[in-house]
Amino acid sequence: MDIGLGHYLTVAAILFTLGVLGIFLNRKNVIVILMSIEMMLLAVNLNLISFSVFLNDLTGQVFSMIILTVAAAEAAIGLAILVVYFRNRGTIRVEDINLMKG
Amino acid sequence: MIVQSLSFYLFATLLLASGVMVISARNPVHSVLFLILAFFQAAGLCVLMGAEFLAMILVIVYVGAVAVLFLFVVMMLDINFKDLRAGFLQYLPIGGLVGLVLLLELVMVLGPSLISHSALETAAAAKATAPTVTNTEALGHLVYTHYVYLFQASGIVLLIAMIGAIVLTLRHREGVRKQNISAQLARRRQDTVTIRKVTTGGGI
Repeated sequence: MDIGLGHYLTVAAILFTLGVLGIFLNRKNVIVILMSIEMMLLAVNLNLISFSVFLNDLTGQVFSMIILTVAAAEAAIGLAILVVYFRNRGTIRVEDINLMKG
Repeated sequence: MIVQSLSFYLFATLLLASGVMVISARNPVHSVLFLILAFFQAAGLCVLMGAEFLAMILVIVYVGAVAVLFLFVVMMLDINFKDLRAGFLQYLPIGGLVGLVLLLELVMVLGPSLISHSALETAAAAKATAPTVTNTEALGHLVYTHYVYLFQASGIVLLIAMIGAIVLTLRHREGVRKQNISAQLARRRQDTVTIRKVTTGGGI
């Protein structure tokens, strides 16, 4: 059986859904939420790469590189904020993050 | 062709299984390790598609940088993860509902196939007749000519992220003795050393 564009898109769609589900299930754990976001970005990357390959247009892969860059920056900044928050409050429970509520 | 199909299903199955394990593992360290496995499987899918450069970049950036960063943070922060896991099943119905709706929507987009088949066929024909240039070379031609500003902008994004992470986590501790080079260089001999005549048996 030939593997076409639809197969890759289906895998990426399921992976994206798993990421969304992970955010819902681990409401209290910021680290797992960040990991779920990484997984969603991976799914988007897979989509872009498969379209780029099957439509024979390399622009999609360039965009995928940009998304990779932004994902790396986002993970670095997010984890830095997490470390600072843990240092100040001693916990990373999502419900406790309400200092800005006023 | 059969090998290609088999490896696609192997990579896809392992990718989705490790994705499930990422969101359901009890120990976040296991989550990170499964995330690394998922990234490797995604890189395998990219190789299978013929996007070798992106596959290698995926391994280098995600596994080498992002996942290791996660691993460091999970292991270095002293967090009670059992406490964080409470209420996991409480959100399962609503989360499952939202996930199901999202998946159905995505499948409905995929199902009727908005991508025209003629475009796919012409692309496949163009690929078959295209001159043989490796994926990396073609991407390099594109990135360093047409998208050079985008490339530079992504470099700036990384620089800003690096500076931001350093600024956020840098702290000045009290009571830590550090070398103060300007103070060292500013010392003069007459401020610190005095020459005294010591009398015999008298001491200073």
